[in-house]
Amino acid sequence: MSDSVVTSIMSDSIVSLIDVEKSFGNNKVVKKMNIEIKEGEFITLLGPSGCGKTTTLRMIAGFEEASCGIIKVQGLSVEDKEPFERDVNTVFQNYALFPHMTVFDNIAYGLKIRKKPKDEITKRVNEMLDLVQLKGYEDRKPDALSGGQKQRVAIARALINNPKVLLLDEPLGALDLKLRKQMQVELKRLQKKLGITFVYVTHDQEEALTMSDRIAVMNEGVIEQLATPREIYNKPLTKFVAGFIGDSNIFDGEVTSSSDGILDVKTLAGTMKVKGNGFNVGESIHVSIRPEYIKVSADPVEGFNLKGIIKDFTYMGTVVKTSVDLKDNTEIKYSRFEKDEDFKEGDSINIYWNPDRAVAIKALK
Amino acid sequence: MNKKNIFKRKTLPALAMAGPVSLWMILFVALPMLYIIYISFMSRGVFGDVVYKFSLESYGTLLDSTYFKVIVKSINAALKTTVLCLLIGYPFAYYIAKKPKEVASRLIMLIMIPFWTNSLMRLNSWLLLFQTSGPVNQFLQSTGFINAPMSFVYTDGLVMVGMITTMLPFAVLPMYSSIEKLSKSLLEASADLGASRRTTFFRITLPLTFPGIFSSIILVFIPSLGIYTVTDMLGGGKVLYIGNIIKNQFGAIRNWPLGAALSVLLIVITGMLIYIYTRFAKIEDMEVV
Repeated sequence: MSDSVVTSIMSDSIVSLIDVEKSFGNNKVVKKMNIEIKEGEFITLLGPSGCGKTTTLRMIAGFEEASCGIIKVQGLSVEDKEPFERDVNTVFQNYALFPHMTVFDNIAYGLKIRKKPKDEITKRVNEMLDLVQLKGYEDRKPDALSGGQKQRVAIARALINNPKVLLLDEPLGALDLKLRKQMQVELKRLQKKLGITFVYVTHDQEEALTMSDRIAVMNEGVIEQLATPREIYNKPLTKFVAGFIGDSNIFDGEVTSSSDGILDVKTLAGTMKVKGNGFNVGESIHVSIRPEYIKVSADPVEGFNLKGIIKDFTYMGTVVKTSVDLKDNTEIKYSRFEKDEDFKEGDSINIYWNPDRAVAIKALK
Repeated sequence: MNKKNIFKRKTLPALAMAGPVSLWMILFVALPMLYIIYISFMSRGVFGDVVYKFSLESYGTLLDSTYFKVIVKSINAALKTTVLCLLIGYPFAYYIAKKPKEVASRLIMLIMIPFWTNSLMRLNSWLLLFQTSGPVNQFLQSTGFINAPMSFVYTDGLVMVGMITTMLPFAVLPMYSSIEKLSKSLLEASADLGASRRTTFFRITLPLTFPGIFSSIILVFIPSLGIYTVTDMLGGGKVLYIGNIIKNQFGAIRNWPLGAALSVLLIVITGMLIYIYTRFAKIEDMEVV
């Protein structure tokens, strides 16, 4: 039984990283990385700069050699394969278009290298131009293209070889916000249409949440959590994930009692309730609560003793954020669609929430 | 706004900045060059003076087989120097460009040291090394490669060695700067799309570093064509190049019109090359992002 589960996982995954590590000198940037990437999925490596996400991608592409561990593509170890021998293609962060070639020649490059017949090249390049909506631009040089157009050329160029896996290294990083949003939707559509596995690297958590089937949140060379966007957002496993994905208010505290899966937690700012299983009384804990789930009241609420003074309101467009100073000099934020008319700056308030909405996170020893 | 104001605001600063240089160039480059062109069309007096009488005699002499041979030989030597400098310089420039910055600057220093060394000293040391009883001959004899000392000095071969060592920095530096500018991600993109190292070199690296290669060609070929210190010292006056002849015409032989005509020929060749270069640079204005 367990054997057959293993084989089915093996045949499902198109890229596997097994205990992969990478060091530059004494600096270990990727540590014991294990990940199974399934065929046809859109997976995102998400994390702050320097977390090892780009290095991981470059190891899959073959630009960096893993210091130890095994990388498999389609079940075969690619250790001895040069980048040009691997069935993966990359979309680079800075596009890396060949400046001395036209759009057509850039896209055709992969086929020309393989010495395909001319009419086949023309046909395929035209298909690609259609796919990325760049018909009519084939004779332009990259210099004469906008950022978004360069991005499309880079994608077309990488897709023409029919790769099994497309690696994208912060492909939208250089675009402005509006274009980035538009390209996110286009990329996702493209991926669905072609059914190719996308491995996407970004530091933009919103981008990751919008596009991915699964997200691997990385920090300091380690995958902190690998799950669907919804799970990552609602059930962060670590303090880092809770803090990195979306806005969170995080408290460090200690469990004082536990009953029916509801924990009472004591923190420097006061006491609070959170849903959580598997915690012992006296154990250190982090409590994470999203700004949109925080409730406020003028009177004390049963189970909570979290008092604060309203500091200011910040208009954010869709929501109004309210900052509250707590008694341990930390600040928390809550958001509302409309400004809270019941309170004004300087008011003393009680903070509480539905314990189901808060997330209990094990503190690392 | 009146004219006086404009003059004060725009013309004066421009004159102050560009004026001295322009004046210098006019006085010490443009005028002497015009004078050279002028006397190339004059004739030679009995006592080696210039007789200001129009004549095409000097240009006719250039077609004379003795001079024509030297011209062809000089162009040939300059071409050889250029090609060899490129063949030696490109791999070296490539090697330096791939090294970390601190190592690269040290390697460049190595290239620059001979360039900064006094050329008389450098060339004389070549002579000493290669003379009949010099270390090179002694070494070759002691290892049994040759029985009798070979005569290296005052041959075309040694002149070529001297030319290459003199010109190499001019070949390496422009190529280095264009290879160094080449973005690594372009090479990775090429490999990613299936190109082997060789293919990447010929399709990406070489075309994108062509501006550097062309600068090197200009910077090596033009001085090589007119050079006379190297040919004079290592050739010992036995092997003649344009540079030596020009020097001799203006010096010992005192046939200024002929020397001037030879100089004009050099100027014309140089001008043509620079013209090609500027045209070429415009078309292939390849900024490597």
